[in-house]
Amino acid sequence: MRSVLTAGLLGAASALVIASSPLAAQDVVITNATIAIGDGTEPIENGTVVIRGGTVVAAGAGVATPADVPAMDAGGAWVTPGLFATVSTLGIWDVSAVSESNDQRAGGSPFSAALDTAPIVNPNSQHILIGRSAGVTRAAAATLPSASIFGGQGAIIDLDGDATPVMREKAFQMVVLGEAGGRIAGGSRAAAFALFHAALREAAALGAGMPRTPEIAQDGEVMLSRFDAEALRSVVSGEQKLYVWVERASDIRSVLALREEFANLDLVLVGASEGWMVAGDIASAGVPVIADSLDDLPSSFEQLAATQSNIGRMVDAGVKVAINSAGLNHSHRLSQYAGNLVALNKVPGASGLSWGEAFAAISSVPASISGYDGSAGVLAPGAVGDVVVWDGDPLEVTSVPTQVYIGGVEQSLDSHQSRLRERYRDLDESMLPKAYDW
Amino acid sequence: MARRRASTLPGMMRGAALAALASALALGACATTGTASAASDDDDDEAPRFAAMTEADGPFASTYQRYPGRPTALVNATIFDGAGGMIEGGTVLFRDGEVVAVGTALSTDGYDVIDASGKYVTPGIIDIHSHLGDYPSPSVDAHADGNEATSPTTPEVWAEHSVWPQDPGFSRALANGGITALQILPGSANLMGGRSVTLKNVPARTVQGMKFPGAPYGFKMACGENPKRVYGNRGRMPSTRMGNFALNRQTWYDAIDYGNSEDPDRDLAKETLVGVLEGDILVHNHCYRADEMALVMDMAKEVGYRVTAFHHAVEAYKIGDLLRENEVCSAIWADWYGFKMEAYDGILENAAYLQREGACVVIHSDDQNDIQRLNQEAAKAQAAGRRAGIEISDATTIQWITLNAAKAMGIDEMTGSLEAGKMADVVLWNGDPLSVYSRPEKVWVDGALLFDMMDRSRRPVSDFELGQPGEGDVK
Repeated sequence: MRSVLTAGLLGAASALVIASSPLAAQDVVITNATIAIGDGTEPIENGTVVIRGGTVVAAGAGVATPADVPAMDAGGAWVTPGLFATVSTLGIWDVSAVSESNDQRAGGSPFSAALDTAPIVNPNSQHILIGRSAGVTRAAAATLPSASIFGGQGAIIDLDGDATPVMREKAFQMVVLGEAGGRIAGGSRAAAFALFHAALREAAALGAGMPRTPEIAQDGEVMLSRFDAEALRSVVSGEQKLYVWVERASDIRSVLALREEFANLDLVLVGASEGWMVAGDIASAGVPVIADSLDDLPSSFEQLAATQSNIGRMVDAGVKVAINSAGLNHSHRLSQYAGNLVALNKVPGASGLSWGEAFAAISSVPASISGYDGSAGVLAPGAVGDVVVWDGDPLEVTSVPTQVYIGGVEQSLDSHQSRLRERYRDLDESMLPKAYDW
Repeated sequence: MARRRASTLPGMMRGAALAALASALALGACATTGTASAASDDDDDEAPRFAAMTEADGPFASTYQRYPGRPTALVNATIFDGAGGMIEGGTVLFRDGEVVAVGTALSTDGYDVIDASGKYVTPGIIDIHSHLGDYPSPSVDAHADGNEATSPTTPEVWAEHSVWPQDPGFSRALANGGITALQILPGSANLMGGRSVTLKNVPARTVQGMKFPGAPYGFKMACGENPKRVYGNRGRMPSTRMGNFALNRQTWYDAIDYGNSEDPDRDLAKETLVGVLEGDILVHNHCYRADEMALVMDMAKEVGYRVTAFHHAVEAYKIGDLLRENEVCSAIWADWYGFKMEAYDGILENAAYLQREGACVVIHSDDQNDIQRLNQEAAKAQAAGRRAGIEISDATTIQWITLNAAKAMGIDEMTGSLEAGKMADVVLWNGDPLSVYSRPEKVWVDGALLFDMMDRSRRPVSDFELGQPGEGDVK
């Protein structure tokens, strides 16, 4: 369902509601459900969810059921808002190692910050279909830094597979600093920070109508073109969020300090493996974090202090943290990652999340970071009517959705995978080859 | 300046000392084998002046010895024995490194008793496919020791010579995954990647200190996209799947000729290949596509070896019948798919559909993160089966990551299940191991308590992590 394309306009709850398509949306009433609201509160037994015109009307215990809509008795099953995947590459690749089919990186392009995810999202992508069958209903999708430290402008999408997957184009810009940024920029973090400063100053100058350098290049590779600088104007002004991918504690401090020069930056940290070491600084800066949930290895020198307690410790310090969905081998790992953080509560010395917090870290919190605070990833009045019915505890590895509604529209849970599952229920070819079994 | 001189001089001295040590070692080896060969070769007047140890002499032998442990009784536990059995309210007894008994109403006299009410006991989890140590953390270029990607066939390399015992990944696998044994394989760039090594997941200063005593070697082979891509891109064979097979077959023919020769010059590569032909070394073949696995099984018949397990095998579910008939295990992920063309048809029901056909299932990781959660991966695969109408018991699901792995690694006589006389490789879980909410609480290797969630002094910390941020933290 296409929402109004409002680049840079945050707090788009009303825009979303208006844009939902009431023609396609069903009125849905589910009773006798174990409901997770998604806002960090604990699950509610024997609850009711009411969706009308594609929008949540009410959810919780003691909710009156409308007389004109047949209620579906969930029989105690779990019912939740749809999961919100951030940062993802949903819809912009088919097979990652098949470069023709993979639009995640544009290493040979002269453009970086100017790259735009919105027009390249394919709503028929298998990963969107499979993500949906795992309960993901909305996502932030973005191209990744490759030719330069800027990755381009990500989009917020829905996963309903219709012709208009993009809810908001140019929702955020992505930049990588730290080790990866240093390598791209010429071999050092210093180069990455210098390029970053130069790019933003260039963008600011463009805003004042005074372009300075036509481009910044290195060995014939363009690090910043005029078009990239133009794209960064809304970052400098704070109209567009800036997702900064860093891991090391000291890099996080340096990123937080960027606002001394560029006061309007609307920062979001991505990665932040060592965030727990500077959690107080992040909290007082009011910067949200999209963190990997289970990284606990020193996979690089910027992740020496990685621990599964990273998110729990940051949340305890008052940081708003979503679980990163980048790099998942399968969309249903999003809920697995959240569930593992609940398990940490029994480990002495570890910091986990409560069930409600963990679920919020894959629903309302990523929605909020994406600009949909209270209007997606949560069963709150006025929020999008994304509802998932599960065959068990949604954070348990054995559970999957049995029904998924996006904007009040029930979705197919079929995909290439489900078709293969049906074909190979047996290996019987006594009458005809498997190719005729479809 | 002073510092530079100081570091230069010891460097030179170290070099000289190493050279001296090397020659001393060479002499030592010569003396040993010389004596042995003279003793066994009575007719031969002249012992050779130089002789390396042979395979039978066991070079790079394991020096692992179990650590001390207390006689321990885990009581009131839900026990999955690894061999498909389950006991509720059961007792596991182990002492002197071995399982003594598993059952109910056992006397615990003489044992330290641990009440495992509400908790679960399994054998140590075994990962049949890991690159810990040969692709260690931090994953910097200087550590990329898993693929000798300079020739498409390198049977001569041994993974143990790449293993860095200080890889912090070993400790995470122990603490979070309950891993007590694992097979470290060369990577899949080559058709024939080299020998694997099976390790006890015990911190050690040397890889020999981790080597699983008595474990057979494995031999890593790889089908499909990787070898043809790596070498095709360099304009050399193989650049196609048919090239993969041609090169493999010719290499086997040459090995057969070598094996049939009376007195060939020693050839490290062919010694490994002959070890495979003799059945002493087990073939672990990275292969995704069903049609390709079928071809490999025919190649094995053609030249006279057995494939022990296909690894990754995302399309194994399409040929469960063939895999059962050929007695080949499939070591698979629960849910990886789509990252390369040959992984496009991955489905969650792979394990369950193989189980339905009576084929052997092993859940593997191939990953420094997933090795910490093989129990969860197995649970996912079991649940997918249940939804497809295939009921697989919890005990059988645990068998996928214990005894089945041990069988395919040739160590099932020693570990992989909780049976009297077997190694006391044991995990006490704080809840159902097939739930996301459970963690290993205690892990014993050969009866020695090497991880205790409740006691931070039983948490291994590698040399690499000392004095660095996060040292000794919960991970």
